[in-house]
Amino acid sequence: MIVSWQAPASLALILFLLGLAALLARRNLVFVLMSVEIMLNAAGLLFIAAGMRWGTPDGQIMFIAVLNLAGAELAVGLILLLRLRGRLTTLDGDAAVLLRDSS
Amino acid sequence: MIFWPAALLAVVTTAIAVTGKNPVHALLWFVISLLAMAVVFFELGAAFAAALEVIVYAGAIVVLFLFVVMMLSLDKAAALREESWTKGPVWLLPVGFTGMLGVALAWQMLNTALPARPGRAVLPAAVGLKLFSTDFLAVEMASLLLLAGLVAAFHLAREAQK
Repeated sequence: MIVSWQAPASLALILFLLGLAALLARRNLVFVLMSVEIMLNAAGLLFIAAGMRWGTPDGQIMFIAVLNLAGAELAVGLILLLRLRGRLTTLDGDAAVLLRDSS
Repeated sequence: MIFWPAALLAVVTTAIAVTGKNPVHALLWFVISLLAMAVVFFELGAAFAAALEVIVYAGAIVVLFLFVVMMLSLDKAAALREESWTKGPVWLLPVGFTGMLGVALAWQMLNTALPARPGRAVLPAAVGLKLFSTDFLAVEMASLLLLAGLVAAFHLAREAQK
């Protein structure tokens, strides 16, 4: 009834790589944060696949931890995005590489 | 066997989402991807995780995203800038290197000694019992993490008003 562990692990691999490629390629910080969410979601899928493979609840417990992490990370990340937009009037992640006030 | 259609849907919609130009459209594609992932979780016997995926990810996290994108009030100039940021060559190196990583990981996964055996569904009751008995420290750590995120977000947002 349930698929073997390779199928969800492959799906997690593909989704993680999609998120990683987008994280490296995109400059718009909205898409960068979305890529991080995709990668965290793929990690959660791998935890669930592992929990299914061994039939233990630990996988889902770790998924809940990943969910918490994603929520906390996103709240702080979005506030930082708004602050960057207010200060540099752009969403370009490359605009904030100088780590000082004057450009 | 609804696993494969849902997996295909998740991959395709995620690819559309990360290559999109309009943030709102990309986030809506991302919602479809998350719902497909919830179907995948359900199919893997993790009903509780599937419900959390719909409620927390699609329901709360993406809506938070959409609120922030609305506050950004993006215009035509932003769309044009986005067009210039995502032209072809930009994708060359990231896709190449992540492709190499993917081949390495897939090769490793295919050559692992872990035998493929059908998994077992884990019911929500088992998750709850484990979470609130032996793994209770994880619950406390999660609450601390959320509190830290709340305090940090509040602090940063307050400074913005000054």
